Amino acid sequence: MPQPVISAVDLVKRYGDVAAVDGLSFEVAAGESFGLLGPNGAGKSTTMRMIGAVSTRTGGELSILGLDPDRNGPDIRSQLGVVPQADNLDTELRVRENLLVYGRYFGLPRKVVAERADELLAFAQLEDKGDAKVDALSGGMKRRLTIARGLINDPRILLLDEPTTGLDPQARHILWDRLFRLKEQGKTLVLTTHYMDEAEQLCDRLIVVDHGRIMAEGTPAELIRRYSSREVLELRFGSDRNEEVARALEGSGDRVEVLPDRILVYTADGEAELERIVDAGLHPRTSLVRRSSLEDVFLRLTGRSLIE
Amino acid sequence: MSDPRRSSRGGAAYRDPVVTENAATDDARQALAAGARPRRFGAWYVAEHRFRVMRSYGQTILVTGFGEPLIYLYAMGVGLATLVDQNLGLEAQGVGYLVYVAPALLCSAALTTATIEFSYPVLLGYKWNPTFSGMHAGPISPGQIVDGLVISVVVRLAATVAIYFGFMLLFGAVPSPTGWLAIVIATLTGMAFGTLLMAYASTIRDDTGQLAMVERLIVLPLTLFSGTFFPLSELPWFLQWIGWISPLWHGTELARVATFGYPEPIWLSVVHVVVLVTMAVAGWAWSRRIAARRLAS
Amino acid sequence: MSVVDHAIEHRGAGRRGVGALYAGNSRAVMYRGWRATRSTNWLVMLSGLFEPIFYLLSLGIGLGALVGTVAVDGQEVPYAAFIAPALLAVAAMNGAIYDSTWNVFFKIRFARLYEGMLATSLGPLDVALGEILLALLRGALYAVSFLLVMQVLGLTLSWWALLALPAVLLIAFGFASVGMAITSYLKSFQQMDWINFVMLPMFLFSATFYPLSVYPEAIQRIIQALPLWHGVELVRSLTTGAVDWGLLWHVAYFVVMIAVGLTFTTKRLRALFLD
Repeated sequence: MPQPVISAVDLVKRYGDVAAVDGLSFEVAAGESFGLLGPNGAGKSTTMRMIGAVSTRTGGELSILGLDPDRNGPDIRSQLGVVPQADNLDTELRVRENLLVYGRYFGLPRKVVAERADELLAFAQLEDKGDAKVDALSGGMKRRLTIARGLINDPRILLLDEPTTGLDPQARHILWDRLFRLKEQGKTLVLTTHYMDEAEQLCDRLIVVDHGRIMAEGTPAELIRRYSSREVLELRFGSDRNEEVARALEGSGDRVEVLPDRILVYTADGEAELERIVDAGLHPRTSLVRRSSLEDVFLRLTGRSLIE
Repeated sequence: MSDPRRSSRGGAAYRDPVVTENAATDDARQALAAGARPRRFGAWYVAEHRFRVMRSYGQTILVTGFGEPLIYLYAMGVGLATLVDQNLGLEAQGVGYLVYVAPALLCSAALTTATIEFSYPVLLGYKWNPTFSGMHAGPISPGQIVDGLVISVVVRLAATVAIYFGFMLLFGAVPSPTGWLAIVIATLTGMAFGTLLMAYASTIRDDTGQLAMVERLIVLPLTLFSGTFFPLSELPWFLQWIGWISPLWHGTELARVATFGYPEPIWLSVVHVVVLVTMAVAGWAWSRRIAARRLAS
Repeated sequence: MSVVDHAIEHRGAGRRGVGALYAGNSRAVMYRGWRATRSTNWLVMLSGLFEPIFYLLSLGIGLGALVGTVAVDGQEVPYAAFIAPALLAVAAMNGAIYDSTWNVFFKIRFARLYEGMLATSLGPLDVALGEILLALLRGALYAVSFLLVMQVLGLTLSWWALLALPAVLLIAFGFASVGMAITSYLKSFQQMDWINFVMLPMFLFSATFYPLSVYPEAIQRIIQALPLWHGVELVRSLTTGAVDWGLLWHVAYFVVMIAVGLTFTTKRLRALFLD
């Protein structure tokens, strides 16, 4: 087995009495696409900052590329590409200049940086925006520029914190496409997200984090298999009847989950289950049979919905 | 705990059995090699960034750089001088008002420029457009960010002050051959106040107009009560302390020694230098500490 | 053309008349500004009070000792009494310009505040007047306190000084309306910097710190064409008591500034946000 590029053992970060990260252990192999999944405030960003060697850990062990971030911060960061949650592009400079300036931080010769800047502008589909002001870019373009900037040093590992939060659906798909290409090129990706579809699209393996702890670990398919059923039946009876019907539905399928506005029935065969329920004289206003997703895994693990 | 050889626990064997002092693996060796240049030259890369930003408002810099000395030297050194010289004048100093006031205008310009460069750009970099955290996410350390700012402002100040000094020569305001020293002195004056201001600006998390307050309640009084337009001794005793703690007073007095041989005891000149250097270094060190704390939090 | 078309056209024309420009409710704009000042930067606003006072103390006392007295209309006045009215006029100018340029620029380009205001029944003239009147209110506060300081230091030499207050407001109104008009045409911070390049020489050369007579004839003519010189002369004549009918020319200068400034501001705000 090759040396993992990231290895954390009982990683802890405390702010005063509050433990933002409370004993995480995981490993990321080279070329892997690894996800940290969890709701806001679960400790994902804090973990990312520690992996990014810009936040010192309170306890446990952390090794990035075989080095200790406390001691070799600059060396580790020279091998990382970082795409933070909020874009911190320099708005006083133009688009291409942002790449030039950033490349120089890694001590790369001007000529190399200039060549790479042009390649990356093409990669980010911003060729014709090189001389534009950063503020003139759309949200999706800014995020792609930030990713291009993160790639200027040809990093071993790319860290992406909530890469598509705040983007419209079209911009998200363009971004996923770019990230998928990087994955194909063999880059190690580490990303946090609270979007299930994003995790399913991009991650080879992920950990579900809540309250700074790992709730589950595995590939998206494994997690769904382990913590959910094949299909989910979503039933809406109207919020006033929800509670009452829920009692009648107890025992249906493998498991029933009651949400304020709807009832989820986990089952291998959604259509058959629906038929049984209708036969029993319960008539939902609407019903929907869908494939099980990571959202359901999360609900099972934490008892609450991801996006609140 | 910080020994990298121990930190890759978790079952994986080292691919490369050769264990050197700091680099146990190929990955680590590659990282250490890539980190070498940023570790050494990081501050210069930050300065390079700052120069690029300055170039984006280069027009403003050029116009103020050439326009202000012309305007101030004419207004104060010629216009006001007409009034001062024909009235009581400065017989005690033995020079005309132009010669007397020019070094003060020079140091004051350095102070103003340093105030601009060390206030909003710092607030911007930490807060409004957090480029500092961007640098720090790269291989640049917080201390290097501060050093890079200092380097870029020293260059900007020296250039601004040198142009100003050129105008002083044109106006005939520099009788002494040692006058060029005033360029160094004025730059130091700007840095003495500037680095302290940078430290303060670095602590601002919630912008409620503190920098405007600094400009009005500190920079302006410093400019007016530091023995700039008239000797400190003309002020009542209860206002003279402002001069003693003011980098502008120390800088201006020293610059006067350089440009026209202003009579003052040598120990006082030494005090001026010590005060200015101490302030500049203290502000610099303090800024570095705050940067390390703020960017790592 | 049908009757309906006529009616629509007529209504369209009406919207372009005074009714569309002014709803007689600048108070709402002022009220918003006052709430904003109170909740965020009243300390900053208060600190503006000290600026002219610092200048007066420093230059009046320190430089005054070097200069002695200066002749105003044949009357010798102490240096502090010479510069105090000029500082008052400059303070009026600076306050008005700051409020009507940087502040307004930010609101137009970034905060999108006016867009929101003009989406209500408010017209562009309400916004322009409201902003300017608020600036004047602040100017009045500064002026009254500075006049008090002058009185305490014995630098008001005549009862005419009471008229300095309306004079200062007139000056501020003139600068604020022209400042806001110019700002509404500017697009970038770089262009905003040009305002400073004009303000600085005007501040230093407009007979603020020494009489105009030190300059050659040609430069004197140029300075006399600039607004600040008229402001300084007007206030100085009032506080030193050198009053004559000629002062009305200065007043007329500012009345024209106000009219021109308001016209262009209103036009421009309408073009920016309503067309």
